[in-house]
Amino acid sequence: MKGNEALALAAIHGGCTHFFGYPITPQNEIPEFLARELPKAGGLFLQAESEIAAVNMLYGAAAAGARAMISSSSPGLALMQEGISMLAATEIPCVIVNVMRGGPGLGGIQPAQSDYFQMTRGGGNGDYRIISLAPATLQESAEMMQEAFALAQKYRTPVFIVSDGMLGQMMEPVELNKSRSKERVAEQPWILTGHHNNRSPRTIKSLRLDPAELEIHNLRLQEKYKRISQAEVRFEAYREVDAELLFCAFGSTARIVKNSVDDLHQKGYRAGLIRPQTLWPFPALAFRSLPKSCRSVICVEMNCGQMLDDVKLAVEGRVPVHFYGRCGGMIPEPEELTARALDILSGDSQ
Amino acid sequence: MSVIFSKTSGLTETATHYCPGCTHGIAHRLVAEVLEELGLLGETIGCASVGCSILSYNYLNVDMIECSHGRAPAVATGIKRTVPEKTVFTYQGDGDLASIGTAEIVHAAHRGENITVIFVNNAIYGMTGGQMAPTTLAGQKTTTAPEGRQPEFSGLPLKMSEMLAQVPSASYVERVSLHHPKYIRKAKKAVLRAFTCQMEHRGFSLVELLSTCPTGWGLDPIDSLEWLEANMIPYYPLGVFRAPEEV
Repeated sequence: MKGNEALALAAIHGGCTHFFGYPITPQNEIPEFLARELPKAGGLFLQAESEIAAVNMLYGAAAAGARAMISSSSPGLALMQEGISMLAATEIPCVIVNVMRGGPGLGGIQPAQSDYFQMTRGGGNGDYRIISLAPATLQESAEMMQEAFALAQKYRTPVFIVSDGMLGQMMEPVELNKSRSKERVAEQPWILTGHHNNRSPRTIKSLRLDPAELEIHNLRLQEKYKRISQAEVRFEAYREVDAELLFCAFGSTARIVKNSVDDLHQKGYRAGLIRPQTLWPFPALAFRSLPKSCRSVICVEMNCGQMLDDVKLAVEGRVPVHFYGRCGGMIPEPEELTARALDILSGDSQ
Repeated sequence: MSVIFSKTSGLTETATHYCPGCTHGIAHRLVAEVLEELGLLGETIGCASVGCSILSYNYLNVDMIECSHGRAPAVATGIKRTVPEKTVFTYQGDGDLASIGTAEIVHAAHRGENITVIFVNNAIYGMTGGQMAPTTLAGQKTTTAPEGRQPEFSGLPLKMSEMLAQVPSASYVERVSLHHPKYIRKAKKAVLRAFTCQMEHRGFSLVELLSTCPTGWGLDPIDSLEWLEANMIPYYPLGVFRAPEEV
């Protein structure tokens, strides 16, 4: 099964009822699959006139109680940021998939991870955070997609799935958890249903002209983000226990890094990997208690150094943090990573 | 003594923030009265858009959602496609609908979305302080057209109703005016037809309400009504631009 199709099928089994899409490469298999399959599952697929419209349709649908999602790729996500800020402000549960490609601008259509900032820093206006799940395999893509809907409901928040052109287009066997497909959105006291003349009207809004009121709202959101930061941090640690050199990589890059870690072990060097599965909240705690053996960290990304900022913040200067990146749609080879690691291990860090 | 008139239950008790002489109050009342008369207040979801009417959810007695600038028709689409049995409407000004939201309104019509659009056209950006809108008349002075709108520089005002009536899947499009009681009665009939259109699953319906903005226009309320009649109606002719056959 192709990665994008795995995400789409997992969405149906995650209980997705509404999908709004707009064509953009390399995520087209998601809307195509759901146009075909979601109506068969009793859901709705609608093609929007733009990514801007898609995210606003998502907003309306989820506000009316739909378990809804959208997907796009990097420049499309940029267009959606106004709506994502609105979704965060109004606390609407929903899922947004980004199958990343190279940027900036139109960039290219080959795999990249250059939306790390866009996925973790709040590309839209205002103080907000979005849970960002970053799978590295198709199995994990499917599992995270199903979990994303549950997290969205639990915290009343949008959730990102951060994929890339490589994960989206590759093929791998996937075992789906079909037991979740019957989960339903419970009637929430904020969903717009019409007041049936038996309660006062409900309003979903973000505008608060009284600064004191807006501050209270924002601080309440921050409290929620704090709870998420404490409860939902996920990462995988691989051969890290006695590592001298610790890699940090996410998504498809982490798969390549694993090859390099194994290769280094075969050559007699102790290397390990921290793979963030949540980009936000970032697993800083994985770096707070570095193994005593660790002499340096290297962050590997398919961009020019974005997660690097978070790694440096987490390492807090205790050991040097190096970087290796490829960008524009170029994919690093394990040999390049091993060579860079050997340079660092031999003390020639430049 | 019998009651011959009472305030519609479609409006809340909250006093509006609108300027003296602004016709938003009339437009709100028409929507509220029609929804009450159709028995739809409890089954309606409204979409407020950016502009003076962003706070309309404080005044209309229905569930409402606030939309980003221009996006109300897309939000309404998401709602209607989720709960098609509910009545869904947008309430948008001309800065919202005719400028930043042209894509959303055209494509809601293009898909034949079964929603109702209340389009308040006062030929200016009211809330932000009287800037030029796509609907600002030639020669009309605004804070961003201090010498008056110059068509050779900014083009001629956009006629949204005429434009949307050309969209193949649009169902009902009418322009009415709020400057005089006689016209307000006609306007109410148009609003009623638009919501009826939605109840009968006929698809996209829009009523354009020519409105005043005394503050933005720099005129007193009475002069504003006269200015509307003398200047807006000749350029924005009233009438039905599109209707399903039986309506």
